[in-house]
Amino acid sequence: MSGEPLVRIEALRKRFGAQEVLGGVDLTVDRGEVVCLLGPSGSGKSTLLRCVNQLEEPTDGRIFLDGELVGYRPRRGRLHRLSERRINRQRAAVGMVFQHFHLFPHRTVLDNLILAPRLVRRRSRERLRAEARELLDRVGLAAKADEYPARLSGGQQQRVAIARALAMRPTLMLFDEPTSALDPELVGEVLDVMRDLAQDGMTMLVVTHEMRFARTVADRVAVLDGGRIVESGTPDRVFGDPQHDRTRAFLRHLD
Amino acid sequence: MAANRSEPATDTGPAGTAGPGPDTAGVSALPVARQWHVRRWVLAAVVLLVAIAVARSMWANPAVDHATIARYLTASAILGGLRSTLILAVVSMAIGLVLAVVVALCRLSRNPVLRVLGFGYVWVFRGVPLLVQILLWGNLALFYPRIALGNPFTGQVAVSWDTNAVVTGFVASVLALSLNEAGYTAEIIRAGILSVPAGQTEAGRALGLSRWQTLRTVVLPQAMRVIVPPVGTQFINMLKMTSLVSVIAGGDLLTQAQNISATSLRTIEMLIVASLWYLAVTSVSSLGQAYLERRLARGHR
Repeated sequence: MSGEPLVRIEALRKRFGAQEVLGGVDLTVDRGEVVCLLGPSGSGKSTLLRCVNQLEEPTDGRIFLDGELVGYRPRRGRLHRLSERRINRQRAAVGMVFQHFHLFPHRTVLDNLILAPRLVRRRSRERLRAEARELLDRVGLAAKADEYPARLSGGQQQRVAIARALAMRPTLMLFDEPTSALDPELVGEVLDVMRDLAQDGMTMLVVTHEMRFARTVADRVAVLDGGRIVESGTPDRVFGDPQHDRTRAFLRHLD
Repeated sequence: MAANRSEPATDTGPAGTAGPGPDTAGVSALPVARQWHVRRWVLAAVVLLVAIAVARSMWANPAVDHATIARYLTASAILGGLRSTLILAVVSMAIGLVLAVVVALCRLSRNPVLRVLGFGYVWVFRGVPLLVQILLWGNLALFYPRIALGNPFTGQVAVSWDTNAVVTGFVASVLALSLNEAGYTAEIIRAGILSVPAGQTEAGRALGLSRWQTLRTVVLPQAMRVIVPPVGTQFINMLKMTSLVSVIAGGDLLTQAQNISATSLRTIEMLIVASLWYLAVTSVSSLGQAYLERRLARGHR
């Protein structure tokens, strides 16, 4: 299966009532690749991410993760919804980082990291503690292990959230505007962690408005508008020589 | 007073540099005077005087015999009543809480049948007065003289019991109190669960936790902060509502106190005895609640 991309999205559609948020999206992400999703707000970027992690159920289309169909299984010529258990297992292989962190406020930083691996992977507390401390060290927060999240800055909370997702040893990391809720001076520390992660070979699908990050870290960028990918390619190509009016309008608006 | 101080203070604000206001250097050097809170002290004095006057008039009232209060405070009938009240309240509350969680989860379920069931439960058990529910359970035998296990469609009966032998006064009391309690507490628990931001559930689910694991380890612990204060009030209410079961069973604290006053004609004294015990028990319960709330505040500022 070496030719199979880690993520393959085919003709993905999602509508909320009468409103079509995704109107047929095709996208692949190869192993170790960093793909940034760009586009104006309301263009469907977040919904696309949430479909990959099954926080939303697509209206139509297919998503394959590591060659395995997400959310359904074929049987006698039809696709049947997977059991909760199987869906949970698929989700566990995908890490997600939210705009507003969503750390668990009633648990310490260390407990935030070990909660899911302990319950889902059923691994020993001691081993998980040691691993969690390594992960915290990696995001530069080893000293904060026993603090409660409310005592951390936004940037620190988001770095903990990244470490929490990594604690599940995901094969894919999804980032949903990870720096949009941060004070400007705290954005850099989160992007640094993400850059390190990309350099270590993590496969990442990132919704962001940080054009510098997209330009320097992404292997590919895809521009969404009105629920469709209007343009995609290497950052140099898309930023340097945008082909589509929508892309040009979007990039112009940022400068 | 405050205006006098704060006005020049804002002028000197920018790090002591020569501000635009007059006499900046002089004001900067002045110490802040102590605040005396005169109104608080006056109010405290008035409250204290009134309290002493009320206490004196009650203490000196010839209608109240202190020796009677002291004697009956630890009388075996009263202590027995206290014991019944505590057992009734604790058992009913425990059963009510478990049932309340189930009903609350039904009301929040994605399954429409469960939602209707949960709604119906709250509708019935919160809507019918507790006293009526107590009377209905106490008089169940009028409705169903025998309780039977069997096939309801063919009428075959496997085993059956006399209703009055199974649903004793105590059982009827616990049934009425706990089922009623669950109706109210279910709504408190539902409110608590709804108070936890949706992002918390999403974070748990995104990490691969199941619905139940997310509820148990992420949502409910946070909902507890909202749930505990009103449930504490519910428990205190429960302690006092046990007095209503006197209509079918009795044995509770207030009924025992009234039984004694019926024969000894010491009505006020016995009501004071009962009040003192109710206050003592609710005080202990409030302390427990305060402890729980402090524990649950961890991680929150």
